Amino acid sequence: MIKNDVDITPELIAEHGLKPDEYQRILDLIGRTPTLTELGIFSAMWNEHCSYKSSKKWLRTLPTEGPRVIEGPGENAGVVDIDDGDVVVFKMESHNHPSFISPYEGAATGVGGILRDVFTMGARPVAAMNALRFGAPENERTRHIVSGVVEGVGGYGNCFGVPTIGGEVNFDARYNDNCLVNAFAAGLAKADGIFLSEAKGVGLPIVYLGSKTGRDGIHGATMASAEFDDDSEEKRPTVQIGDPFSEKLLLEATLELMQTGAVIAIQDMGAAGLTCSAVEMGAKGNLGVRLDLDQVPCREEGMTAYEMMLSESQERMLMVLDPNKEEEAAAVFKKWDLDFAIVGETTDDQRFKVYRHKELMADLPINDLGDEAPEYDRPWVPSPKLDPIAPSDVPAPADLGQALLQLVSLPDMCSRRWVWEQYDNLIQGNTIAGPGGDAAVIRVGEEGKGLAFSLDVTPRYCEADPVEGGKQAVAECWRNITAVGAEPLAATDNLNFGNPEKPEIMGQFVGCIEGIGEACLALDMPIVSGNVSLYNETNGQAILPTPAIGGVGLLPDVTKRIGKSFVAEGETIILIGTHTGHLGQSIYQRDIVGKTAGAPPKVDLAAEKKHGDFVRNAIRGGRVTAVHDISDGGLLVAVAEMGMSGKIGATLTPSKDIPLHAWAFGEDQACYVVTVPTDGANALLKEAKTAGIPTQVIGTTGGSELTVEGVSPISLADLDAAHEGWLPKYMSAPDTH
Amino acid sequence: MKSAVIVFPGSNRERDMLYALEHISGHKPIAVWHQETSLPDVDLIVLPGGFSYGDYLRTGAIAGLSPIMKAVKEKAAKGVRVLGVCNGFQILTETGILPGALLRNAHLKFVCKQVRLEVATNASVFTSRYTQGQVIDCPVAHHDGNYFADEDTLNRLEGEDRVAFRYTPETNPNGSIRNIAGVMNDQKNVLGMMPHPENLIEPAQGGTDGRGIFESALEWVA
Repeated sequence: MIKNDVDITPELIAEHGLKPDEYQRILDLIGRTPTLTELGIFSAMWNEHCSYKSSKKWLRTLPTEGPRVIEGPGENAGVVDIDDGDVVVFKMESHNHPSFISPYEGAATGVGGILRDVFTMGARPVAAMNALRFGAPENERTRHIVSGVVEGVGGYGNCFGVPTIGGEVNFDARYNDNCLVNAFAAGLAKADGIFLSEAKGVGLPIVYLGSKTGRDGIHGATMASAEFDDDSEEKRPTVQIGDPFSEKLLLEATLELMQTGAVIAIQDMGAAGLTCSAVEMGAKGNLGVRLDLDQVPCREEGMTAYEMMLSESQERMLMVLDPNKEEEAAAVFKKWDLDFAIVGETTDDQRFKVYRHKELMADLPINDLGDEAPEYDRPWVPSPKLDPIAPSDVPAPADLGQALLQLVSLPDMCSRRWVWEQYDNLIQGNTIAGPGGDAAVIRVGEEGKGLAFSLDVTPRYCEADPVEGGKQAVAECWRNITAVGAEPLAATDNLNFGNPEKPEIMGQFVGCIEGIGEACLALDMPIVSGNVSLYNETNGQAILPTPAIGGVGLLPDVTKRIGKSFVAEGETIILIGTHTGHLGQSIYQRDIVGKTAGAPPKVDLAAEKKHGDFVRNAIRGGRVTAVHDISDGGLLVAVAEMGMSGKIGATLTPSKDIPLHAWAFGEDQACYVVTVPTDGANALLKEAKTAGIPTQVIGTTGGSELTVEGVSPISLADLDAAHEGWLPKYMSAPDTH
Repeated sequence: MKSAVIVFPGSNRERDMLYALEHISGHKPIAVWHQETSLPDVDLIVLPGGFSYGDYLRTGAIAGLSPIMKAVKEKAAKGVRVLGVCNGFQILTETGILPGALLRNAHLKFVCKQVRLEVATNASVFTSRYTQGQVIDCPVAHHDGNYFADEDTLNRLEGEDRVAFRYTPETNPNGSIRNIAGVMNDQKNVLGMMPHPENLIEPAQGGTDGRGIFESALEWVA
């Protein structure tokens, strides 16, 4: 009989983040009072982060299948076919709470965790990106967090050896006390070389590989499932410490081990460490697992079963190995100098039994730990709809040129060079287009193909209208991938929201999911993996709803990809799409006028598809020389960015049908700016007309200034100085925190 | 032309280097694990970039004590060509095969960007394919690339024509003294450099300016 030497009090239950009814569920399931270790295991398995108890109902509504999808959600990462027997394996995951408490370590281990998810499946990581969201620049902590997070992302990825080739950086007061760090990683494997976590076979050794287990990160996943308050900084011990060098060894050892044929099942130890990985392997294989914790390599002496089961020490793997290949496996472990130990075996009793000092510390029904986790249909209210605001109702600037200069230098709009130069974005030698473009591109293998990656979401749209905002996040990601000439294949989502127990927040979540689902379906971009991060609130103030979408696209011929830079003087600039000058929720309205009013732009998914397919065909046919989509800041900002990056100016003729500032800064969707050699302009316009695509010739490239007819010209040098200047200047001020 | 690439735990640009060597020479280089004590008979030995042993303690410090380094030293003394790139350069200065040291970047941050390099001498087996004073593109990616040596050493290096590459003054990414990006030993058969020529050898990578180093070093030695 299992011994229970700690009194399980209501306070202890609450400290484990379990609600009274959830505890009752435990009692009903096991028919007795749990031990402290068992309580810890339940709290690890049933917290929001691991169980998706508030989100599951809605996640099921997302499209997850498609002709190219090999593994959808449920494994460590999604797997998508990219022809020639190759697959891309990718996922995005948040490390928000740890990064706020300890920016460097939180961000570093976020990167480490997602890389591990990818190589656990047998894929070598080839690209990383991050979506980072920080508080207002004037907030006293922001500089400190930006500096630590960026250094942490670089510190881990650079040493591990994966190119960090893209991402997002944004600032908003709503992230003042709750930054977002969403890390994306993608890897390459062969379709027949994918490894899963499902254990197969009874009486097989369960092997622990990697770093030793310490007391760091205990209850990390529970922390990540709670709101913050003023004492959150005291939670620092729940943040894990990363060691990218160990992870690099673990990567090489894991891939080498897989080559020997010894690996039957494999699962990395991420959130809730040993508990989650062991339960997952056993439950997926409908087997039992017996663990002998005395065999687990420990960093500190005297660790209890409770601590070992909940430790989130990094760079650890659990696997089921073929006992006939033990010798080959041992040779690999030895070569890479990694700790390994047989810590248990698979059993046929579907129980999860944990021993410490020969004593049984936990004995639980393994399937129920996952299957019987609570699931909630939380009450929700839809966000109130906002009326559209007419362009003429948004004040025009006194000077359009000055407004443009101001726009390109805004914290949310300026160059992120300061960030990406701290990331090794060239390692592996396959970077075709690094950070700063619409989508990053790497080449793949010998066949000349390539992959494009982009991370996107516009949180202010999501807050103003969750359904349209959800759609827009997917549409913009799809558009960015299209704009380099790639075909978008699939996506991963990282859904960051506030407290789901509040109906308004749950309403944002439900709305965004609806929009994301609709857009993924319409644009053939299924969600193959993802992560939900709820309770992003501090003292009752929620973050902006931030469902980040990470998309992957395929270029059959990577040499056909193009960028956003103007490439030659005297080319015709054409706007593709319907541009109405939508200023509601625009950057111009928010940051120049100082208001957030009106509905965000509508996303017409049919138009997105039609316009995007047209642009992609034009790129692949070599008929356009540069492409940039219209997004934050609008048309004039898009053209300015093309000019700055190509070091070639432009002369533009504004539309007479809408107010000048709406033409310049409206953020209509499904729009692209393309350039065409002048002798090819008529052909492209004709082709578009035949296809029913709206187009407008808006100007010509050339010179060293950006000239809008009727407005004084602005030199590219001034634009560049404004665009490049803000972030380095901001970051070089003394850290006051 | 045979070449070998030494692999330390934590090396992470060894695959880039193996690819570049094979792509340019047409021959597969040999990867040599750091625990080996002898080297195959090759014409060029490369210490690749990365974070050997996590660069904990000090960049290149522990790798310098790896068993294979004794063999590398012996080969270098016999005149075999040795190229150390980034972490490889750090290991070469750590072991005293090359003079000077690589300090933390002056701005204290990791830096990854394209810089411009001036070929300070083309009178060497590593730079013969370039013209004297030619300015080439080359990427850098490091945290500790700030070259330093005392005045006497620097004067001697310059006097003996042993500075292979300099950053153009406006692109010096790390504060290196006298803009030095790469130096050679006294026999000029060992080159250490911080920039990564192996990442700029094909048009798809944005240029081919890095090829010259390999084409020079891989030239058949009679």
